[in-house]
Amino acid sequence: MYNYDIVVVGGGPAGLAAAIEARKNGVRNILVVERDRELGGILNQCIHNGFGLHIFKEELTGPEYAERFIDEFHRLEIEYKLDTMVLNITEDKTMKLVSSEYGLMHVKAKAIILAMGCRERTRGAINIPGTRPAGIFSAGTAQRFVNMEGYMPGKKVVILGSGDIGLIMARTMVWEGAKVSAVVELMPYSGGLTRNIVQCLEDFDIPLLLNHTIINIKGDERLEGVTVAEVDSSKKAIKSTEKFFECDTLLLSVGLIPENELSINAGIELDRKTGGAVVNESMETSVAGIFACGNVLHVHDLVDWVTEESRKTGKSAAKYVYEQPSEGGRTIETIAEEGISYIVPHEIRTKKVEDKIDIYLRVDNIYEDVILLIKTDSKIIKRIKKKHLAPGEMESVSISIEDIISGGAKLTVEIEKGGQ
Amino acid sequence: MFDIAIIGAGIIGTMISRELSKYKLDIILLEKDNDVANGATKANSAIIHAGYDALPNTIKAKTNAEGNAMFDQLCVDLSVPFSRIGSLVVAKCEEEKKVLTELYERGKKNGVPNLKILEKEEVLQMEPSLTNKVAGALFAPSAGIIGPWELAIALAENAIENGVELKLNYEVKNITKEKDYYKIYCDEDYLEAKYVINCAGIYADKINNMINSPYFEIMPDTGEYQLYDKSVGKLFNSIIFQCPTDKGKGVLALSTVHGNFMIGPTSERVKSKENKGTTRRGKDFLKENIRDLCEEFPYSKIITAFTGLRAKVISEDFIIEETGNSSGFINVAGIDSPGLSASPAIAKMVVNILNNIASLEKKEKFNEKRKAITQFITLSDDEKSELIKKDKRYGKIICRCENITEGEIVDSIKRSVGATTVDGVKRRARPGSGRCQGGFCSPRVMEILTRELNVGMYEILKSNKGSYNLIKRKVENENWSGENV
Amino acid sequence: MRQTITCIACPLGCRVEVEEKSQGEKKYLISGHKCIRGEKYAIEEITNPTRVLTYTVKIRNANLSRLPIKTDGVIAKGLLFSCIEEIDKIELQAPIRIGDVIIENVLNTGVDIVASRSMNAIKI
Repeated sequence: MYNYDIVVVGGGPAGLAAAIEARKNGVRNILVVERDRELGGILNQCIHNGFGLHIFKEELTGPEYAERFIDEFHRLEIEYKLDTMVLNITEDKTMKLVSSEYGLMHVKAKAIILAMGCRERTRGAINIPGTRPAGIFSAGTAQRFVNMEGYMPGKKVVILGSGDIGLIMARTMVWEGAKVSAVVELMPYSGGLTRNIVQCLEDFDIPLLLNHTIINIKGDERLEGVTVAEVDSSKKAIKSTEKFFECDTLLLSVGLIPENELSINAGIELDRKTGGAVVNESMETSVAGIFACGNVLHVHDLVDWVTEESRKTGKSAAKYVYEQPSEGGRTIETIAEEGISYIVPHEIRTKKVEDKIDIYLRVDNIYEDVILLIKTDSKIIKRIKKKHLAPGEMESVSISIEDIISGGAKLTVEIEKGGQ
Repeated sequence: MFDIAIIGAGIIGTMISRELSKYKLDIILLEKDNDVANGATKANSAIIHAGYDALPNTIKAKTNAEGNAMFDQLCVDLSVPFSRIGSLVVAKCEEEKKVLTELYERGKKNGVPNLKILEKEEVLQMEPSLTNKVAGALFAPSAGIIGPWELAIALAENAIENGVELKLNYEVKNITKEKDYYKIYCDEDYLEAKYVINCAGIYADKINNMINSPYFEIMPDTGEYQLYDKSVGKLFNSIIFQCPTDKGKGVLALSTVHGNFMIGPTSERVKSKENKGTTRRGKDFLKENIRDLCEEFPYSKIITAFTGLRAKVISEDFIIEETGNSSGFINVAGIDSPGLSASPAIAKMVVNILNNIASLEKKEKFNEKRKAITQFITLSDDEKSELIKKDKRYGKIICRCENITEGEIVDSIKRSVGATTVDGVKRRARPGSGRCQGGFCSPRVMEILTRELNVGMYEILKSNKGSYNLIKRKVENENWSGENV
Repeated sequence: MRQTITCIACPLGCRVEVEEKSQGEKKYLISGHKCIRGEKYAIEEITNPTRVLTYTVKIRNANLSRLPIKTDGVIAKGLLFSCIEEIDKIELQAPIRIGDVIIENVLNTGVDIVASRSMNAIKI
């Protein structure tokens, strides 16, 4: 049995930032477990720029952003194991790890930080009718093939889903010489950033078909084409709008799902909305001493927020390892009301918050010129004017602890429509 | 010259091959695709039926219950996942309960053991997730679940172990009858055999018509299924059928041998023998129909959907016979449900037919055992450590969802009926069968295939010929057309 | 002449209308923007649209076969594909350090193509 103060599961942006911060807060005995052949996680394949504006005040590509953390991680001489898989985690924080190099390892940790990231929703999960030929890839898998391994998925492409990975892959495929016929989006708005719509689609005259979906897949061996149709307000395909797009490749960018199989086995309570753990202000899950951060907790739009959240988590885990648990104070529940789809964290222990707390949330629709209303019970503690809110963009709100303490047992966030 | 050529390496062809490999015979098993178990065998309900469905005195009735009883030994010998979890035919009103009695009587005539009619309370006790509307059920403890393609692959491997030759990518285009043997053509290529056994599934009529006048027609119908995540795997304990009504047989539901949950099938007659895939209609049908068994069914946990074609004939009974007068040409056709359940008994029938034509002699040595791929994740900690010490590749997890190691994938490729495609590896070692459906692991599986088969990445197929996964980048690709680009 | 530009200066994504005037003090008449950045962006986008190119280049002797690269500054939008052609001619050998210049002054733009990650040589 190996003993560590903190074991971090995952060496992507979340795991790296959490481990670095835990080390900076005095924890010596840390292990980071990474299942891939190198650190950096999914950032290594996100070769486009736009990362780091918040954390580094400059625009970096994914690999550049990752490398800054990897360098710091190595400078701090934090222990890590590559090509190593965590097979299970128990509530008493023992873990089973496996790798070719070290075989089966039993590890006991004082605290565990879950940073496994997320996986892509599949064609099966959205159940598109039709055949099952080769040529259907999740956008992330295609991105890895193209950007890291140097293979092309195909030449004539349709993309389903206009989240950022879908948009970025549209441009990537064009630059790699392919023809992208359309990006098909079920919703009336794109889930991606405006700059990506402009620079990845409009620059190359790729049509973005909003309120459309793919209703059939054709091709016995290799994909031959897809049938696209417009949907009505209840998301049902409108027969008369059916159109066939010839293509050899379909890329799916239809959502990300936090990868929480290990968390479930450890008995951690999950939030059905986020797909991630239910956490408190310290990013600690329902199992004491097990923390979660990054996309395994909830899917983020910008890696900068992952870093911010993970730093906080690393610091909390360090405190958990070194400090006596403090009693007292109150526990406040956060509640997503009208227009808000979720809030992280789910509860705030007032005793654990120093002066202010940042809460992260997403809205359920596009809103223009509205007010984000933060209340404790019925008392309004904050009104924030928002010109523009979109489900694709995470919002972060900072609330002072005095405001929270002054109120009741619930902190609610809602959207007040119709201006002032 | 072979003694016997078996056409079609689905469950029937492989079962017959393995059964005949007990005898002193030179056998060749021919398959048009690049892998065995590629037709109906890979897309069906995966059930070993008890045998109360078929009308008494049909071949189906005779072979189903008989075949069912043979699975325990067979699956132990071949290390194939099989579990007798029992089945329930669920009635939802008094009218339907009458049907249960009919099935009960029929089952008894067909030789189905231990059938029992259960009252509402008993049923709900066995199946707490079942709809409250249940009025009673027919319980058949002998029904079971199996891995159908695992079985066919295991049968093929064991047959080869016992001397059978397997020829893949051999699509029979023509057969000619010579004096006392047959010539079986695949384009220019041909081979010779004294006897021919036609197990060509939905193409059995086509094969028959190459040598005989047409006397049956395969009119496939398509069945659509949905597979759900393991978190739903325990919804029911037994296989749940709905009581057959005028409207049809209704959707069935079961846990698979791998712990997933499956519902299906739809049933639609199709004109073409090419699988056209799932449909919106089928999806809606399943969604609507499963509600009759479980009102709060967790649709969102779906991981994939697929269709299978079933080789139906008008008589609705199996055709297992030598054609003409001592022709030595045996049809094993129209094998739709319960073909899988009946398959061991069907193979026995075929052996008897052959024995009447040419007296068969048993081999002194027949190895009935076949070892399965070691499933790393199911081993104890000590066994895991030992295995990694012996072979480091078992320490490398390739499929994160199902925890499948490189060792298992390499084994699946290196076997006598080894995988050559991504789907082939998936059917043998299961990487990509989980929630992510190969999103993370398929590139790694392709890499391993490349290395083990010593071919290029561009040659690795998803499944059949033509199902290429990747192409070369524009700079290296001489076929890169500038069209529309 | 009138053109509509989607502003990407912030997530709002204003649809900015730009009208080119043949006379008068201002050359462009801008509308639809909600802040000053929109005006600046729209004029730039009309007169001289630029982009950063992020792409990959072939690399040997590394664990991966592509190395990510980027233009170390913006280049004219119209030069993107020519720039890609230049990069496609190149083949690198690991090791490479982040920031290493892969092509100097690409297409005489004054901008370099640089490696956007480090990549070690395969240990033999």
